[in-house]
Amino acid sequence: MSDPVLLVGFGGAIGALGRYTVTTLVEGERFPLSTFLVNVLGSFLLGLVLFADVAESIQLFVGVGACGAFTTFSTFSVDTVRLVEEGHVRTATIYALGNVLVSVTAIGIAWVLVA
Amino acid sequence: MTDYEWFAGIQVVILVAIGGFLGANARFGVGLVSPGLSGTFVANVTGSFVLGFVVYEAMYTDYLTDRSRLLVSTGFLSSYTTYSTFAYQTVTVEPLVGLINVAASYSCGFAGVVLGRWVALRIRGGSRE
Repeated sequence: MSDPVLLVGFGGAIGALGRYTVTTLVEGERFPLSTFLVNVLGSFLLGLVLFADVAESIQLFVGVGACGAFTTFSTFSVDTVRLVEEGHVRTATIYALGNVLVSVTAIGIAWVLVA
Repeated sequence: MTDYEWFAGIQVVILVAIGGFLGANARFGVGLVSPGLSGTFVANVTGSFVLGFVVYEAMYTDYLTDRSRLLVSTGFLSSYTTYSTFAYQTVTVEPLVGLINVAASYSCGFAGVVLGRWVALRIRGGSRE
């Protein structure tokens, strides 16, 4: 299987199911914890794959497909806007900054581990 | 677990998987047309806009069924947009470019959600006339 469409697509299907599983398992009444978790975990895994300099087919399957689909920017945006509209501006700020800072840190840890 | 619950569970898995397959490829396609930061930016902002519309459409008009919403939002849009590639690209470019990327992606992504909600509200207004 070397067709990019299939590699990205099946990786994407696995990533989407993984994210859906996390959202059904993790409760997040006041803080959208499940989206935060998938974004940080997916960023870490993407860092490992890209810094390890693996074959292009694995980059497409795991990196573009699975990690790209497991993590989400659209749900993150909707979560943040909703928190602001419900008056939780401080939580929204912590959530928005936390996503990027912890994801970037996770990528840094991946770099230390692999590179 | 009854046969019905089992069948409903399988349906959910299939819908999320199909949405994920298509969403990841749509993002991959955008990245081929516009490589690097810009492609990820376009996917994330357009995906946030459409998800904003779908989420608020559910509250205001309820045109979409639960199954189509699962396919479109949980499957397609959440896979079409990506946080991991966004974060990775942010740390692998120059610090100033990375900061601008975060500020632009966040502000345009949030604006996209608000715009999507506005469109959903407009449609509700239209359907009531």
